[in-house]
Amino acid sequence: MSRSAVPSLLIAFLFLLAGLLLAFVVGRYPISLGDVLHVIGAKLAGRAADVPAAVESVIWQVRGPRVIAAALVGAALAVAGTAFQGLFRNPLVSPDILGASSGAALGAVLGIFFSLGVFAIQALAFVGGLIAVATVYAIGSAVRARDPVLVLVLTGVVIGALLGAGVGLVKYLADPYNQLPAMTFWLLGSLAAVGPSDLLPLFGPVTLGTLVLIALRWRMNVMSLPDEEARALGVPTGPLRIAIVAAATLVTSASVATAGIIGWIGLVVPHVARTLAGPDFARLIPAAALLGGGFLLLIDTLARTGAAIEIPLGILTALVGTPFFIWLLTSVAKTWS
Amino acid sequence: MILAGHNLTIGYSDRVVGRGLDIALATGEVLALLGPNGGGKTTLLKTLLGLIAPKDGEIELGGRALTSYASRERARLIAYVPQSHAATFAFTVETVVLMGRTAHGNLFSRPTAADRAVATRAMERFGIMHLRERPYTMISGGERQLALLARALAQEPQFIVLDEPTASLDFGNQGRVMREIRALGASGHGVLFTTHDPNHAMRAADRAYLLRQGARLGEGAVGQILGRTQLEALYGTPVQLITDADGQRSAFIPG
Repeated sequence: MSRSAVPSLLIAFLFLLAGLLLAFVVGRYPISLGDVLHVIGAKLAGRAADVPAAVESVIWQVRGPRVIAAALVGAALAVAGTAFQGLFRNPLVSPDILGASSGAALGAVLGIFFSLGVFAIQALAFVGGLIAVATVYAIGSAVRARDPVLVLVLTGVVIGALLGAGVGLVKYLADPYNQLPAMTFWLLGSLAAVGPSDLLPLFGPVTLGTLVLIALRWRMNVMSLPDEEARALGVPTGPLRIAIVAAATLVTSASVATAGIIGWIGLVVPHVARTLAGPDFARLIPAAALLGGGFLLLIDTLARTGAAIEIPLGILTALVGTPFFIWLLTSVAKTWS
Repeated sequence: MILAGHNLTIGYSDRVVGRGLDIALATGEVLALLGPNGGGKTTLLKTLLGLIAPKDGEIELGGRALTSYASRERARLIAYVPQSHAATFAFTVETVVLMGRTAHGNLFSRPTAADRAVATRAMERFGIMHLRERPYTMISGGERQLALLARALAQEPQFIVLDEPTASLDFGNQGRVMREIRALGASGHGVLFTTHDPNHAMRAADRAYLLRQGARLGEGAVGQILGRTQLEALYGTPVQLITDADGQRSAFIPG
Protein backbone atom coordinates (compact mmCIF):
# COMPACT_ATOMS: atom_id res chain seq x y z
CA MET A 1 0.00 0.00 0.00
CA SER A 2 1.26 3.46 -0.81
CA ARG A 3 1.28 6.45 1.50
CA SER A 4 -1.95 7.89 0.17
CA ALA A 5 -3.75 4.68 1.15
CA VAL A 6 -3.62 5.43 4.86
CA PRO A 7 -5.74 8.62 4.95
CA SER A 8 -8.40 7.21 2.63
CA LEU A 9 -8.86 4.09 4.75
CA LEU A 10 -8.73 6.22 7.89
CA ILE A 11 -11.51 8.46 6.56
CA ALA A 12 -13.59 5.39 5.70
CA PHE A 13 -12.98 3.94 9.17
CA LEU A 14 -13.96 7.19 10.91
CA PHE A 15 -17.16 7.24 8.83
CA LEU A 16 -18.01 3.73 10.02
CA LEU A 17 -17.18 4.67 13.61
CA ALA A 18 -19.42 7.74 13.44
CA GLY A 19 -22.22 5.58 12.01
CA LEU A 20 -21.78 3.02 14.82
CA LEU A 21 -21.85 5.58 17.63
CA LEU A 22 -24.80 7.46 16.15
CA ALA A 23 -26.76 4.22 15.70
CA PHE A 24 -26.16 3.21 19.34
CA VAL A 25 -27.12 6.59 20.76
CA VAL A 26 -30.18 7.54 18.69
CA GLY A 27 -33.47 5.72 19.00
CA ARG A 28 -36.83 5.51 20.72
CA TYR A 29 -34.90 4.90 23.92
CA PRO A 30 -32.05 7.45 23.69
CA ILE A 31 -28.81 6.44 25.38
CA SER A 32 -26.00 8.88 26.09
CA LEU A 33 -22.68 8.31 24.38
CA GLY A 34 -21.07 8.01 27.84
CA ASP A 35 -23.42 5.19 28.81
CA VAL A 36 -22.73 3.36 25.55
CA LEU A 37 -18.96 3.55 26.00
CA HIS A 38 -19.28 2.67 29.69
CA VAL A 39 -21.38 -0.44 29.02
CA ILE A 40 -19.12 -1.66 26.24
CA GLY A 41 -16.00 -0.92 28.29
CA ALA A 42 -17.44 -2.78 31.28
CA LYS A 43 -18.27 -5.78 29.14
CA LEU A 44 -14.74 -5.84 27.72
CA ALA A 45 -13.25 -5.55 31.20
CA GLY A 46 -15.59 -8.27 32.44
CA ARG A 47 -17.26 -6.24 35.22
CA ALA A 48 -20.86 -5.22 35.82
CA ALA A 49 -21.91 -1.92 34.28
CA ASP A 50 -23.17 0.79 36.59
CA VAL A 51 -26.28 1.70 34.54
CA PRO A 52 -30.01 0.82 34.66
CA ALA A 53 -30.75 -2.71 33.45
CA ALA A 54 -32.94 -1.30 30.66
CA VAL A 55 -29.98 0.52 29.16
CA GLU A 56 -27.89 -2.65 29.14
CA SER A 57 -30.74 -4.63 27.64
CA VAL A 58 -31.27 -2.08 24.86
CA ILE A 59 -27.57 -2.11 24.04
CA TRP A 60 -26.99 -5.88 24.06
CA GLN A 61 -30.35 -7.37 23.11
CA VAL A 62 -32.10 -4.82 20.92
CA ARG A 63 -29.94 -2.16 19.40
CA GLY A 64 -26.57 -3.97 19.45
CA PRO A 65 -27.51 -6.89 17.17
CA ARG A 66 -29.30 -4.56 14.79
CA VAL A 67 -26.36 -2.14 14.66
CA ILE A 68 -23.87 -4.93 14.00
CA ALA A 69 -26.12 -6.48 11.38
CA ALA A 70 -26.47 -3.12 9.62
CA ALA A 71 -22.70 -2.68 9.52
CA LEU A 72 -22.19 -6.24 8.23
CA VAL A 73 -24.95 -6.12 5.60
CA GLY A 74 -23.83 -2.70 4.34
CA ALA A 75 -20.22 -3.85 4.16
CA ALA A 76 -21.22 -7.10 2.43
CA LEU A 77 -23.32 -5.42 -0.27
CA ALA A 78 -20.64 -2.82 -0.96
CA VAL A 79 -17.88 -5.44 -1.20
CA ALA A 80 -19.96 -7.66 -3.48
CA GLY A 81 -20.80 -4.68 -5.69
CA THR A 82 -17.13 -3.73 -5.88
CA ALA A 83 -16.16 -7.27 -6.90
CA PHE A 84 -18.88 -7.56 -9.55
CA GLN A 85 -18.15 -4.11 -11.01
CA GLY A 86 -14.51 -5.08 -11.43
CA LEU A 87 -15.25 -8.53 -12.78
CA PHE A 88 -17.78 -7.28 -15.33
CA ARG A 89 -15.72 -4.18 -16.14
CA ASN A 90 -18.85 -2.16 -15.77
CA PRO A 91 -19.44 0.50 -13.15
CA LEU A 92 -23.22 0.17 -13.47
CA VAL A 93 -23.28 -3.36 -12.13
CA SER A 94 -24.70 -4.19 -8.70
CA PRO A 95 -24.51 -7.38 -6.60
CA ASP A 96 -27.79 -8.73 -7.98
CA ILE A 97 -26.49 -8.72 -11.58
CA LEU A 98 -26.24 -12.53 -11.61
CA GLY A 99 -29.60 -13.09 -9.94
CA ALA A 100 -28.49 -13.46 -6.31
CA SER A 101 -31.17 -11.09 -5.01
CA SER A 102 -33.98 -12.36 -7.20
CA GLY A 103 -33.12 -15.97 -6.29
CA ALA A 104 -33.09 -15.05 -2.62
CA ALA A 105 -36.38 -13.18 -3.03
CA LEU A 106 -38.09 -16.19 -4.56
CA GLY A 107 -36.74 -18.41 -1.78
CA ALA A 108 -38.01 -16.04 0.89
CA VAL A 109 -41.49 -15.48 -0.53
CA LEU A 110 -41.87 -19.26 -0.97
CA GLY A 111 -40.88 -19.68 2.69
CA ILE A 112 -43.50 -17.11 3.74
CA PHE A 113 -46.08 -18.67 1.40
CA PHE A 114 -45.64 -22.08 3.04
CA SER A 115 -45.75 -20.43 6.49
CA LEU A 116 -42.28 -21.64 7.46
CA GLY A 117 -40.34 -20.35 10.46
CA VAL A 118 -38.02 -17.35 10.35
CA PHE A 119 -34.89 -19.47 10.21
CA ALA A 120 -36.25 -21.62 7.36
CA ILE A 121 -37.20 -18.49 5.41
CA GLN A 122 -33.68 -17.12 5.79
CA ALA A 123 -32.15 -20.46 4.80
CA LEU A 124 -34.39 -20.63 1.72
CA ALA A 125 -33.40 -17.09 0.75
CA PHE A 126 -29.72 -17.93 1.16
CA VAL A 127 -29.96 -21.14 -0.86
CA GLY A 128 -32.18 -19.45 -3.46
CA GLY A 129 -29.51 -16.84 -4.12
CA LEU A 130 -26.78 -19.46 -4.50
CA ILE A 131 -28.89 -21.65 -6.80
CA ALA A 132 -29.86 -18.71 -9.00
CA VAL A 133 -26.24 -17.64 -9.53
CA ALA A 134 -25.08 -21.24 -10.08
CA THR A 135 -27.80 -21.66 -12.73
CA VAL A 136 -26.83 -18.42 -14.45
CA TYR A 137 -23.20 -19.50 -14.39
CA ALA A 138 -23.94 -22.96 -15.78
CA ILE A 139 -26.01 -21.56 -18.66
CA GLY A 140 -23.53 -18.76 -19.33
CA SER A 141 -20.62 -21.21 -19.51
CA ALA A 142 -22.51 -23.63 -21.74
CA VAL A 143 -22.85 -20.89 -24.35
CA ARG A 144 -19.49 -20.81 -26.11
CA ALA A 145 -19.10 -17.16 -26.96
CA ARG A 146 -16.20 -14.84 -27.61
CA ASP A 147 -17.13 -12.58 -24.71
CA PRO A 148 -17.95 -14.87 -21.77
CA VAL A 149 -18.55 -11.91 -19.47
CA LEU A 150 -21.25 -10.36 -21.64
CA VAL A 151 -23.02 -13.72 -21.95
CA LEU A 152 -23.00 -14.08 -18.14
CA VAL A 153 -24.53 -10.64 -17.65
CA LEU A 154 -27.24 -11.24 -20.23
CA THR A 155 -28.05 -14.65 -18.75
CA GLY A 156 -28.23 -13.02 -15.32
CA VAL A 157 -30.69 -10.42 -16.55
CA VAL A 158 -32.92 -13.02 -18.19
CA ILE A 159 -32.91 -15.47 -15.26
CA GLY A 160 -33.46 -12.53 -12.88
CA ALA A 161 -36.55 -11.55 -14.85
CA LEU A 162 -37.85 -15.13 -14.74
CA LEU A 163 -37.32 -15.30 -10.97
CA GLY A 164 -39.05 -11.93 -10.66
CA ALA A 165 -42.05 -13.43 -12.44
CA GLY A 166 -41.93 -16.31 -9.95
CA VAL A 167 -41.97 -13.83 -7.06
CA GLY A 168 -44.93 -12.07 -8.67
CA LEU A 169 -46.83 -15.35 -9.02
CA VAL A 170 -46.26 -16.32 -5.37
CA LYS A 171 -47.38 -12.86 -4.23
CA TYR A 172 -50.48 -13.14 -6.42
CA LEU A 173 -51.35 -16.51 -4.87
CA ALA A 174 -50.52 -15.46 -1.30
CA ASP A 175 -53.02 -14.70 1.43
CA PRO A 176 -53.47 -10.92 1.04
CA TYR A 177 -53.99 -10.24 4.77
CA ASN A 178 -51.12 -12.08 6.43
CA GLN A 179 -48.64 -13.32 3.89
CA LEU A 180 -48.62 -10.54 1.35
CA PRO A 181 -47.65 -7.76 3.81
CA ALA A 182 -44.88 -9.99 5.18
CA MET A 183 -43.58 -10.59 1.65
CA THR A 184 -43.74 -6.92 0.74
CA PHE A 185 -41.96 -5.99 3.96
CA TRP A 186 -39.23 -8.54 3.29
CA LEU A 187 -38.81 -7.47 -0.35
CA LEU A 188 -38.30 -3.86 0.72
CA GLY A 189 -35.59 -4.78 3.20
CA SER A 190 -35.54 -4.37 6.98
CA LEU A 191 -33.34 -5.04 9.96
CA ALA A 192 -36.15 -4.60 12.50
CA ALA A 193 -36.40 -8.31 13.29
CA VAL A 194 -32.68 -8.96 13.78
CA GLY A 195 -31.73 -10.56 17.10
CA PRO A 196 -28.49 -11.87 18.61
CA SER A 197 -28.95 -15.32 17.05
CA ASP A 198 -28.97 -13.83 13.53
CA LEU A 199 -25.43 -12.51 13.78
CA LEU A 200 -23.40 -15.70 13.39
CA PRO A 201 -25.13 -16.92 10.17
CA LEU A 202 -24.48 -13.44 8.79
CA PHE A 203 -20.96 -12.92 10.10
CA GLY A 204 -19.58 -16.30 8.93
CA PRO A 205 -20.36 -16.12 5.19
CA VAL A 206 -19.70 -12.37 4.96
CA THR A 207 -16.26 -12.69 6.55
CA LEU A 208 -15.34 -15.77 4.53
CA GLY A 209 -16.34 -14.22 1.20
CA THR A 210 -14.67 -10.91 1.95
CA LEU A 211 -11.42 -12.61 2.99
CA VAL A 212 -11.36 -14.58 -0.28
CA LEU A 213 -11.83 -11.36 -2.25
CA ILE A 214 -9.12 -9.56 -0.27
CA ALA A 215 -6.75 -12.48 -0.85
CA LEU A 216 -7.34 -12.24 -4.61
CA ARG A 217 -7.01 -8.42 -4.69
CA TRP A 218 -4.15 -8.20 -7.19
CA ARG A 219 -5.62 -10.83 -9.49
CA MET A 220 -8.89 -8.85 -9.39
CA ASN A 221 -7.04 -5.80 -10.71
CA VAL A 222 -5.85 -7.85 -13.67
CA MET A 223 -9.30 -9.44 -14.11
CA SER A 224 -10.73 -5.98 -14.79
CA LEU A 225 -8.86 -6.05 -18.11
CA PRO A 226 -10.44 -7.72 -21.16
CA ASP A 227 -10.47 -11.51 -20.77
CA GLU A 228 -7.79 -12.30 -23.38
CA GLU A 229 -5.46 -9.66 -22.01
CA ALA A 230 -5.76 -11.02 -18.48
CA ARG A 231 -5.06 -14.54 -19.76
CA ALA A 232 -2.00 -13.34 -21.67
CA LEU A 233 -0.74 -11.87 -18.38
CA GLY A 234 -0.86 -15.38 -16.90
CA VAL A 235 -4.17 -15.24 -15.04
CA PRO A 236 -6.41 -18.32 -15.39
CA THR A 237 -9.56 -16.22 -15.78
CA GLY A 238 -12.06 -19.11 -15.92
CA PRO A 239 -11.42 -20.64 -12.48
CA LEU A 240 -10.76 -17.24 -10.90
CA ARG A 241 -14.05 -15.85 -12.17
CA ILE A 242 -15.84 -18.77 -10.50
CA ALA A 243 -14.01 -18.08 -7.23
CA ILE A 244 -14.84 -14.36 -7.29
CA VAL A 245 -18.49 -14.92 -8.25
CA ALA A 246 -18.82 -17.58 -5.53
CA ALA A 247 -17.31 -15.32 -2.86
CA ALA A 248 -19.40 -12.30 -3.85
CA THR A 249 -22.57 -14.41 -4.06
CA LEU A 250 -21.94 -15.95 -0.63
CA VAL A 251 -21.65 -12.46 0.83
CA THR A 252 -24.74 -11.15 -1.00
CA SER A 253 -26.93 -14.16 -0.20
CA ALA A 254 -26.09 -14.04 3.50
CA SER A 255 -26.98 -10.36 3.74
CA VAL A 256 -30.16 -10.67 1.66
CA ALA A 257 -31.24 -13.62 3.82
CA THR A 258 -30.87 -11.47 6.94
CA ALA A 259 -32.13 -8.10 5.76
CA GLY A 260 -34.20 -8.69 2.63
CA ILE A 261 -33.62 -6.78 -0.59
CA ILE A 262 -31.71 -3.54 -0.09
CA GLY A 263 -30.78 -2.00 -3.39
CA TRP A 264 -28.41 0.83 -4.27
CA ILE A 265 -25.70 0.20 -1.68
CA GLY A 266 -23.89 -2.26 -3.92
CA LEU A 267 -24.11 0.17 -6.83
CA VAL A 268 -23.34 3.51 -5.19
CA VAL A 269 -20.87 2.74 -2.40
CA PRO A 270 -18.22 1.18 -4.70
CA HIS A 271 -18.14 4.46 -6.65
CA VAL A 272 -17.61 6.50 -3.50
CA ALA A 273 -14.94 4.05 -2.38
CA ARG A 274 -13.20 4.30 -5.77
CA THR A 275 -13.26 8.09 -5.62
CA LEU A 276 -11.76 7.96 -2.14
CA ALA A 277 -9.25 5.09 -2.40
CA GLY A 278 -8.63 4.63 -6.14
CA PRO A 279 -9.31 1.57 -8.30
CA ASP A 280 -6.69 -0.77 -6.79
CA PHE A 281 -8.67 -3.55 -5.10
CA ALA A 282 -6.15 -3.82 -2.27
CA ARG A 283 -7.46 -0.51 -0.94
CA LEU A 284 -10.82 -0.51 -2.67
CA ILE A 285 -12.28 -3.58 -0.94
CA PRO A 286 -11.53 -2.43 2.64
CA ALA A 287 -12.68 1.10 1.79
CA ALA A 288 -15.94 -0.19 0.30
CA ALA A 289 -16.56 -2.43 3.33
CA LEU A 290 -16.05 0.42 5.81
CA LEU A 291 -18.10 2.95 3.83
CA GLY A 292 -20.89 0.45 3.08
CA GLY A 293 -21.17 -0.43 6.77
CA GLY A 294 -21.28 3.22 7.78
CA PHE A 295 -23.78 4.08 5.07
CA LEU A 296 -26.29 1.37 6.00
CA LEU A 297 -25.92 2.32 9.70
CA LEU A 298 -26.98 5.87 8.86
CA ILE A 299 -29.84 4.63 6.66
CA ASP A 300 -31.02 2.14 9.28
CA THR A 301 -30.88 4.74 12.04
CA LEU A 302 -33.04 6.97 9.86
CA ALA A 303 -35.35 4.02 9.13
CA ARG A 304 -36.14 3.40 12.81
CA THR A 305 -36.22 7.02 14.01
CA GLY A 306 -37.32 9.07 10.99
CA ALA A 307 -41.05 8.37 11.27
CA ALA A 308 -43.62 6.92 13.63
CA ILE A 309 -43.39 3.58 11.82
CA GLU A 310 -40.35 1.77 10.47
CA ILE A 311 -39.44 2.96 6.99
CA PRO A 312 -38.33 0.10 4.68
CA LEU A 313 -34.59 0.28 4.01
CA GLY A 314 -34.96 -0.33 0.28
CA ILE A 315 -37.05 2.82 -0.04
CA LEU A 316 -34.60 4.97 1.92
CA THR A 317 -31.56 3.73 0.00
CA ALA A 318 -33.39 4.49 -3.25
CA LEU A 319 -34.32 7.98 -2.04
CA VAL A 320 -30.74 8.73 -1.03
CA GLY A 321 -29.07 6.67 -3.76
CA THR A 322 -30.81 8.03 -6.84
CA PRO A 323 -29.93 11.72 -6.50
CA PHE A 324 -26.48 10.78 -5.30
CA PHE A 325 -25.86 8.55 -8.29
CA ILE A 326 -27.06 11.22 -10.72
CA TRP A 327 -24.69 13.68 -9.07
CA LEU A 328 -21.93 11.10 -9.43
CA LEU A 329 -22.70 10.66 -13.13
CA THR A 330 -22.49 14.37 -13.81
CA SER A 331 -19.35 15.07 -11.84
CA VAL A 332 -16.72 12.62 -10.75
CA ALA A 333 -17.71 9.55 -12.70
CA LYS A 334 -16.44 10.75 -16.06
CA THR A 335 -13.35 8.60 -15.75
CA TRP A 336 -14.81 6.10 -13.26
CA SER A 337 -11.85 7.00 -11.12
CA MET B 1 14.19 -20.17 -28.35
CA ILE B 2 11.64 -20.65 -31.10
CA LEU B 3 7.89 -20.10 -31.21
CA ALA B 4 6.46 -22.03 -34.14
CA GLY B 5 3.11 -23.09 -35.54
CA HIS B 6 2.95 -26.13 -37.80
CA ASN B 7 0.17 -26.74 -40.32
CA LEU B 8 -2.28 -24.62 -38.32
CA THR B 9 -5.97 -24.40 -39.00
CA ILE B 10 -7.16 -21.33 -37.15
CA GLY B 11 -10.59 -19.93 -36.37
CA TYR B 12 -13.45 -19.81 -33.89
CA SER B 13 -16.00 -22.41 -32.87
CA ASP B 14 -18.30 -21.58 -35.76
CA ARG B 15 -15.90 -20.77 -38.59
CA VAL B 16 -12.46 -21.46 -39.99
CA VAL B 17 -10.36 -18.37 -40.68
CA GLY B 18 -7.19 -19.92 -42.09
CA ARG B 19 -5.68 -23.28 -43.09
CA GLY B 20 -2.30 -24.88 -43.59
CA LEU B 21 -0.33 -22.10 -41.93
CA ASP B 22 3.32 -22.60 -40.95
CA ILE B 23 4.99 -19.80 -39.09
CA ALA B 24 8.13 -19.59 -36.96
CA LEU B 25 9.71 -16.84 -34.90
CA ALA B 26 13.11 -16.96 -33.19
CA THR B 27 14.30 -14.77 -30.33
CA GLY B 28 16.19 -11.71 -31.55
CA GLU B 29 14.11 -11.53 -34.71
CA VAL B 30 11.31 -9.15 -35.73
CA LEU B 31 8.55 -10.59 -37.90
CA ALA B 32 5.80 -8.45 -39.45
CA LEU B 33 2.44 -9.95 -40.32
CA LEU B 34 0.84 -8.18 -43.28
CA GLY B 35 -2.46 -8.63 -45.03
CA PRO B 36 -5.84 -7.14 -45.82
CA ASN B 37 -8.62 -6.75 -43.25
CA GLY B 38 -10.33 -10.00 -42.35
CA GLY B 39 -7.42 -12.06 -43.67
CA GLY B 40 -6.79 -13.74 -40.30
CA LYS B 41 -3.88 -11.71 -38.90
CA THR B 42 -5.37 -11.17 -35.45
CA THR B 43 -6.69 -14.75 -35.27
CA LEU B 44 -3.24 -16.13 -36.11
CA LEU B 45 -1.70 -13.83 -33.48
CA LYS B 46 -4.10 -14.95 -30.76
CA THR B 47 -3.63 -18.60 -31.72
CA LEU B 48 0.15 -18.27 -31.35
CA LEU B 49 -0.42 -16.58 -27.97
CA GLY B 50 -2.43 -19.59 -26.81
CA LEU B 51 -5.56 -17.46 -26.36
CA ILE B 52 -7.48 -19.35 -29.04
CA ALA B 53 -6.89 -23.09 -29.52
CA PRO B 54 -5.90 -24.05 -33.08
CA LYS B 55 -8.53 -26.19 -34.80
CA ASP B 56 -5.76 -28.33 -36.20
CA GLY B 57 -1.97 -28.37 -36.12
CA GLU B 58 0.61 -27.85 -33.39
CA ILE B 59 2.20 -24.84 -31.71
CA GLU B 60 5.62 -25.34 -30.18
CA LEU B 61 7.38 -23.05 -27.74
CA GLY B 62 10.98 -23.89 -26.91
CA GLY B 63 10.53 -27.44 -28.23
CA ARG B 64 7.44 -28.17 -26.10
CA ALA B 65 3.78 -28.08 -27.08
CA LEU B 66 2.30 -24.69 -26.13
CA THR B 67 -0.69 -26.48 -24.57
CA SER B 68 1.64 -28.14 -22.04
CA TYR B 69 2.43 -24.75 -20.45
CA ALA B 70 0.46 -23.47 -17.48
CA SER B 71 -0.86 -19.95 -18.07
CA ARG B 72 1.65 -18.38 -15.66
CA GLU B 73 4.55 -20.27 -17.21
CA ARG B 74 3.48 -19.22 -20.69
CA ALA B 75 3.07 -15.58 -19.65
CA ARG B 76 6.68 -15.53 -18.48
CA LEU B 77 7.76 -16.40 -22.04
CA ILE B 78 5.26 -14.61 -24.31
CA ALA B 79 3.84 -11.13 -23.75
CA TYR B 80 0.86 -9.68 -25.60
CA VAL B 81 0.43 -6.03 -26.50
CA PRO B 82 -3.20 -5.53 -27.53
CA GLN B 83 -4.41 -2.58 -29.55
CA SER B 84 -4.39 0.33 -27.14
CA HIS B 85 -7.84 0.75 -25.67
CA ALA B 86 -9.64 2.87 -23.16
CA ALA B 87 -9.73 1.20 -19.75
CA THR B 88 -12.80 0.99 -17.53
CA PHE B 89 -11.07 1.91 -14.28
CA ALA B 90 -8.49 4.60 -13.72
CA PHE B 91 -5.50 2.56 -12.62
CA THR B 92 -2.27 4.53 -12.55
CA VAL B 93 0.21 3.94 -15.37
CA GLU B 94 2.53 2.31 -12.83
CA THR B 95 -0.18 -0.16 -11.76
CA VAL B 96 -0.86 -1.03 -15.41
CA VAL B 97 2.85 -1.71 -15.98
CA LEU B 98 3.01 -3.70 -12.72
CA MET B 99 0.26 -5.96 -14.04
CA GLY B 100 2.99 -7.33 -16.32
CA ARG B 101 4.56 -8.81 -13.19
CA THR B 102 1.47 -10.89 -12.37
CA ALA B 103 2.87 -14.12 -13.80
CA HIS B 104 5.96 -13.79 -11.62
CA GLY B 105 3.95 -13.94 -8.38
CA ASN B 106 1.57 -16.51 -6.94
CA LEU B 107 -2.21 -16.47 -6.76
CA PHE B 108 -2.45 -14.31 -3.64
CA SER B 109 0.65 -12.14 -3.95
CA ARG B 110 0.95 -8.47 -4.72
CA PRO B 111 3.89 -6.94 -6.62
CA THR B 112 7.02 -6.75 -4.49
CA ALA B 113 9.74 -4.11 -4.34
CA ALA B 114 11.69 -6.17 -6.89
CA ASP B 115 8.66 -6.14 -9.20
CA ARG B 116 8.46 -2.36 -8.81
CA ALA B 117 12.10 -2.07 -9.81
CA VAL B 118 11.46 -4.09 -12.97
CA ALA B 119 8.41 -1.96 -13.80
CA THR B 120 10.42 1.22 -13.21
CA ARG B 121 13.14 0.05 -15.59
CA ALA B 122 10.51 -0.72 -18.23
CA MET B 123 8.93 2.73 -17.82
CA GLU B 124 12.33 4.40 -18.00
CA ARG B 125 13.16 2.55 -21.20
CA PHE B 126 10.06 3.89 -22.90
CA GLY B 127 10.42 7.34 -21.39
CA ILE B 128 7.13 7.35 -19.47
CA MET B 129 8.38 7.71 -15.89
CA HIS B 130 6.74 11.14 -15.67
CA LEU B 131 3.37 9.43 -16.26
CA ARG B 132 3.67 6.84 -13.49
CA GLU B 133 1.15 8.43 -11.13
CA ARG B 134 -1.23 9.53 -13.90
CA PRO B 135 -4.47 7.57 -14.44
CA TYR B 136 -4.22 5.32 -17.51
CA THR B 137 -7.59 6.69 -18.64
CA MET B 138 -6.25 10.27 -18.81
CA ILE B 139 -3.19 9.81 -21.05
CA SER B 140 -3.04 9.98 -24.86
CA GLY B 141 -3.30 7.00 -27.20
CA GLY B 142 0.43 7.12 -27.93
CA GLU B 143 1.25 7.18 -24.22
CA ARG B 144 -1.12 4.26 -23.63
CA GLN B 145 0.66 2.25 -26.32
CA LEU B 146 4.01 2.95 -24.64
CA ALA B 147 2.54 1.95 -21.27
CA LEU B 148 1.36 -1.35 -22.78
CA LEU B 149 4.84 -1.87 -24.27
CA ALA B 150 6.36 -1.23 -20.85
CA ARG B 151 3.91 -3.73 -19.34
CA ALA B 152 5.00 -6.35 -21.89
CA LEU B 153 8.66 -5.65 -21.13
CA ALA B 154 7.97 -5.92 -17.38
CA GLN B 155 6.75 -9.45 -18.07
CA GLU B 156 10.41 -10.23 -18.93
CA PRO B 157 9.34 -12.46 -21.81
CA GLN B 158 11.30 -14.06 -24.64
CA PHE B 159 8.63 -13.14 -27.18
CA ILE B 160 6.46 -10.04 -27.58
CA VAL B 161 3.40 -10.20 -29.80
CA LEU B 162 1.76 -6.93 -30.82
CA ASP B 163 -1.60 -6.41 -32.50
CA GLU B 164 -1.46 -3.37 -34.79
CA PRO B 165 0.80 -1.37 -32.48
CA THR B 166 0.51 1.75 -34.64
CA ALA B 167 -3.25 1.74 -35.16
CA SER B 168 -4.81 5.01 -34.01
CA LEU B 169 -1.43 6.62 -33.34
CA ASP B 170 -0.39 9.94 -34.85
CA PHE B 171 2.45 10.12 -37.38
CA GLY B 172 5.16 10.90 -34.84
CA ASN B 173 4.11 8.21 -32.39
CA GLN B 174 3.99 5.63 -35.20
CA GLY B 175 7.67 6.26 -35.87
CA ARG B 176 8.42 6.16 -32.16
CA VAL B 177 6.69 2.81 -31.62
CA MET B 178 8.37 1.32 -34.71
CA ARG B 179 11.80 2.34 -33.36
CA GLU B 180 10.97 0.70 -30.03
CA ILE B 181 9.93 -2.50 -31.79
CA ARG B 182 13.22 -2.52 -33.68
CA ALA B 183 15.04 -2.02 -30.36
CA LEU B 184 13.13 -4.87 -28.71
CA GLY B 185 14.42 -7.21 -31.42
CA ALA B 186 17.93 -5.87 -30.97
CA SER B 187 17.76 -6.57 -27.21
CA GLY B 188 17.10 -10.25 -27.93
CA HIS B 189 13.29 -10.49 -27.92
CA GLY B 190 11.42 -12.33 -30.62
CA VAL B 191 8.88 -9.79 -31.86
CA LEU B 192 5.80 -10.49 -33.95
CA PHE B 193 3.51 -7.61 -34.97
CA THR B 194 0.66 -7.04 -37.36
CA THR B 195 0.48 -3.87 -39.40
CA HIS B 196 -1.45 -2.31 -42.22
CA ASP B 197 1.56 -0.37 -43.43
CA PRO B 198 4.23 -2.24 -45.47
CA ASN B 199 6.57 0.70 -44.82
CA HIS B 200 6.47 -0.09 -41.09
CA ALA B 201 7.39 -3.69 -41.89
CA MET B 202 10.21 -2.43 -44.16
CA ARG B 203 11.72 -0.30 -41.41
CA ALA B 204 11.12 -2.31 -38.26
CA ALA B 205 11.04 -5.97 -39.26
CA ASP B 206 13.62 -8.52 -40.40
CA ARG B 207 11.06 -10.72 -42.10
CA ALA B 208 7.51 -10.34 -43.33
CA TYR B 209 4.70 -12.89 -43.52
CA LEU B 210 1.96 -12.16 -46.05
CA LEU B 211 -1.49 -13.47 -45.15
CA ARG B 212 -4.47 -13.20 -47.49
CA GLN B 213 -7.84 -14.89 -46.96
CA GLY B 214 -6.40 -17.24 -44.38
CA ALA B 215 -3.58 -18.52 -46.57
CA ARG B 216 0.12 -17.70 -46.67
CA LEU B 217 0.92 -15.73 -49.81
CA GLY B 218 4.62 -15.49 -49.11
CA GLU B 219 7.26 -15.11 -46.44
CA GLY B 220 10.84 -13.91 -46.37
CA ALA B 221 13.31 -11.14 -45.62
CA VAL B 222 11.57 -7.78 -45.95
CA GLY B 223 13.98 -6.63 -48.68
CA GLN B 224 12.99 -9.58 -50.88
CA ILE B 225 9.37 -10.28 -50.09
CA LEU B 226 8.08 -6.71 -49.97
CA GLY B 227 7.96 -5.70 -53.60
CA ARG B 228 5.37 -3.99 -55.73
CA THR B 229 4.05 -7.20 -57.32
CA GLN B 230 3.70 -9.05 -54.00
CA LEU B 231 1.90 -6.15 -52.34
CA GLU B 232 -0.45 -5.72 -55.31
CA ALA B 233 -1.31 -9.41 -55.07
CA LEU B 234 -1.69 -9.18 -51.28
CA TYR B 235 -4.03 -6.20 -51.18
CA GLY B 236 -5.60 -6.56 -54.64
CA THR B 237 -4.90 -2.92 -55.45
CA PRO B 238 -2.25 -1.02 -57.46
CA VAL B 239 0.82 -0.01 -55.45
CA GLN B 240 3.49 2.55 -56.31
CA LEU B 241 7.08 2.30 -55.21
CA ILE B 242 8.94 5.55 -54.58
CA THR B 243 12.72 5.44 -54.28
CA ASP B 244 14.97 8.33 -53.31
CA ALA B 245 17.72 9.70 -55.57
CA ASP B 246 20.55 7.44 -54.43
CA GLY B 247 18.28 4.37 -54.41
CA GLN B 248 18.89 3.67 -50.71
CA ARG B 249 15.40 4.21 -49.29
CA SER B 250 12.03 3.39 -50.73
CA ALA B 251 8.41 3.65 -49.71
CA PHE B 252 5.14 2.17 -50.93
CA ILE B 253 2.06 4.23 -51.68
CA PRO B 254 -1.30 2.52 -52.21
CA GLY B 255 -3.59 3.30 -55.14
